Amino acid sequence: MQRIGVFVCHCGSNIAATVDVKKVVEMAKLEPGVVHAEDYQYMCSEAGQAKIDAAIKEKGLTGMVVCSCSPRMHETTFRKAAERAGLNPYMVEIANIREHCSWIHKDMEEATKKAVILMRAAVAKVNLNAPLQPGESRVTKRALVIGGGIAGIQTAIDIADAGYEVDIVEKEPSIGGRMSQIDKTFPTLDCSACILTPKMVEASAHEKITLYTYSEVEKVSGFVGDFTVDIRKKARSVDMDKCTGCGVCQEKCPSKKTPSEFNRGLSNRSAIYTPFAQAIPNVPVIDREHCIKFKTGKCGVCSKVCQAGAIDYDQKDEIITQKYGAIVVATGFDMIKLDKYDEYAYNQSPDVITSLELERIMNAAGPTKGHLERMSDHKAPKKMVFVQCVGSRCSDERGKSYCSKICCMYTAKHAMLIRDKYPDVDVTVFYIDVRTPGKNFDEFYRRAVEEYGVHYIKGQVGKVVPQENGQLLVQASDLLDNKQILMEADMVVLAAAIEPNPDVRKIATMLTASIDTNNFLTEAHAKLRPVESPTAGIFLSGVCQGPKDIPETVSQAGAAAVKAIGLLAKDKLMTNPCTAKPDELLCNGCSTCANVCPYGAISYIDKEVNDHGIREVRRIAQVNSALCQGCGACTVACPSGSMDLQGFSNRQILAEVDAICR
Amino acid sequence: MSIENTEFRPKIVAFCCNWCSYAGADLAGSSRLVYPADVKIIRVPCSCRVNPMFILRAFEKGADGVIMCGCHPGDCHYSTGNYYARRRMTLLFSMLDFIGVENGRTRVEWVSAAEGVKFSQTMNEFAEKIHSLGKNVRLEDLRCRKN
Amino acid sequence: MKTARDNAEKIKEISGANPQKCMKCGKCSATCPAFNEMDIKPHQFVSYVAEENIDALMQSETLWKCLSCFACVERCPRDVKPGKLIDAARQMVVRQRGADYLKAEEIPELLDPELPQQLLVSAFRRYKR
Repeated sequence: MQRIGVFVCHCGSNIAATVDVKKVVEMAKLEPGVVHAEDYQYMCSEAGQAKIDAAIKEKGLTGMVVCSCSPRMHETTFRKAAERAGLNPYMVEIANIREHCSWIHKDMEEATKKAVILMRAAVAKVNLNAPLQPGESRVTKRALVIGGGIAGIQTAIDIADAGYEVDIVEKEPSIGGRMSQIDKTFPTLDCSACILTPKMVEASAHEKITLYTYSEVEKVSGFVGDFTVDIRKKARSVDMDKCTGCGVCQEKCPSKKTPSEFNRGLSNRSAIYTPFAQAIPNVPVIDREHCIKFKTGKCGVCSKVCQAGAIDYDQKDEIITQKYGAIVVATGFDMIKLDKYDEYAYNQSPDVITSLELERIMNAAGPTKGHLERMSDHKAPKKMVFVQCVGSRCSDERGKSYCSKICCMYTAKHAMLIRDKYPDVDVTVFYIDVRTPGKNFDEFYRRAVEEYGVHYIKGQVGKVVPQENGQLLVQASDLLDNKQILMEADMVVLAAAIEPNPDVRKIATMLTASIDTNNFLTEAHAKLRPVESPTAGIFLSGVCQGPKDIPETVSQAGAAAVKAIGLLAKDKLMTNPCTAKPDELLCNGCSTCANVCPYGAISYIDKEVNDHGIREVRRIAQVNSALCQGCGACTVACPSGSMDLQGFSNRQILAEVDAICR
Repeated sequence: MSIENTEFRPKIVAFCCNWCSYAGADLAGSSRLVYPADVKIIRVPCSCRVNPMFILRAFEKGADGVIMCGCHPGDCHYSTGNYYARRRMTLLFSMLDFIGVENGRTRVEWVSAAEGVKFSQTMNEFAEKIHSLGKNVRLEDLRCRKN
Repeated sequence: MKTARDNAEKIKEISGANPQKCMKCGKCSATCPAFNEMDIKPHQFVSYVAEENIDALMQSETLWKCLSCFACVERCPRDVKPGKLIDAARQMVVRQRGADYLKAEEIPELLDPELPQQLLVSAFRRYKR
């Protein structure tokens, strides 16, 4: 029989206001095995833990139940407290009487009754707990960063500076990401390329960083500290060692009709290309879909003009397999597609553009060499309209329910830059709310209004109609004047919502990292563990976790790096001891469990067993506890009832069921 | 502590996977989204840990409804666990139906860690459903009943 | 006697719309072709329902100026359905006049050049089978 202690936490008034904690203590004393029960204001505090310590030592407890907040919050705290007092940490169970009881029920009697039942279930479980010893696993001292935008670059540099090897996998031919497409950054208006390019150079020159550009993660296996990743290095058709980056091939390439991804389709590029002039690595790739040589077999101009002999039409995709201790996801974002927003005429008029397209137009290296002009007739606009919240804060299926966070600020930036460079252009911004939380952000927005004379009108644009004279008719409302506005504009800029990179779902599935309904990766704890995924060893950097601007992205990238470094600095990790374990006498070696195991943790051995005096060699299942993650799929699949999960055994769960239904 | 015996208070057992649904239930709690106290949650590592035996045992011991919640298909922390769970529950539910236990007494729902609202809505709906179905008498082992 | 709250609830029930979802962006008013004819503009209409100021709505010109084109319903980013709220308020006025149902004999009387045809159609569709 166990000697169990029950500790009931008031959590200030969070629990005590709706649950009669004294009553729970009283009822706990009646439970089988319970030799000690007490309540305290804050069980997780030092004084509370001291009480646990004292009770374990004085009463010789062999198990304990803490009735408190969610085990996701403080299970580790109480397990550590138990361990310090000499009790096996896996003899601790939590009854969640806060999130699952006091916070959701209003009636004291009802809540107390439920709390007692939850306490009973936990006591019933502890009665059947057995001490468990965690195993050890080694840590591969190398990190993988998926995505080579500013988030990935910053994380990689920070990890590499701490002395660990880092690989960056970037799907595009160059690192740089979205930030490289941006012209200027708010609220300082410094040029994006000027601050990003040095970072890109630093990453590529760093002796600890390896870049895999034009590459994608293909397969991930293993677990925290010991991931094995297959990286597909797509055939570049250019030898990276021989290429000098002279650019002659791009000049001479006869196929120049492919829309440039980097310029958002506003200009064309050649079939052999680097996305932009400062690309790193400065080695072009051949887009085989559009290359004449690959389409017809006749051309080969690039090969003829290449002095270095770097062109290699026969190059094949290469799979690189590498081991990593930690993986950082930094997959970033894209703009949503505006196909479903017919009312804004985005697909009907080239003069209706997204903000990211405007960034390219404003950029000196962009399709118009930095001249603000309409894409239809290349005339300078005289009147521009900006529309905010296109697809953001939208509860229907066309858009996104969240606020994209960056649009208010970049629109103020665009408006300001245009008014500064072209004072004769009239700029109107239609907004719902202007959201400027951030250092110097509101001052920035006010400057746009007060110093640069940008017209801000509260009200959404209802529709944009291309006119025969080439103008765009904008119909909007002015909520403060309570009138409807009809105005002609030369260009309309839509602040389209941002969404996580569409590839992120595939990557999250490979990593078994959880993802929310908007495709943002979920944090381990929304407040206290914002850069970690609930999946151990996976860290989150940048917009893949939620909308954020550049400074926030950089700080989060640093935070993710610190967490990854904290992991890589360890030589060994404790493994989860709640693993599957077969009963050798019941196992009949049928292989059912091995078939359902997602980790390949189960193998079979021939072993001599002593079955009630009969000695014989049998084929029985064996679980590799370093690989087993404790999901329990095998325990249910096992036809002979041999397989069980330590810490969540059949008997323990049935005891909980019984206690609840009692 | 005595709730009057006149009103039917169903016993509902909810199995929640540790990674999504339990966290979803926590979120429902921290968002103060009310659902009936009749629902009691048991934490399991994954929905695939739920042995059909657990559900039958709950009914045997007098539970009036059992709901199992897991991560959305494709989002399982262990990659494939909820697929197994889905198949097992489909089989179990059709068997329960065959022996005369109403389909509404059992339910599978996918609740992610971010779906506190969905969790409480699901529990409210389910509790209401069990309320309308009344007491479970088909599977209850009367020897297990107290008093 | 019906209270303002009852009337507001009735409007929500008939329309199936929830004015509480409104984030006051004004896209409904921006998109409305009859905006200039209305005394209570579509976005105001939504907040009138939310504030349960129903008497004013039932006397407003807006009911008879709305074309029921549903552009506002289509484009509302929050699925508030302003057009349906207006439709519902209009139903309530018509219902009060004809007690419960719109009667066929009332049609000639209602045939007012200012009245949108669609109202008659939709009123018939719902209340005279």
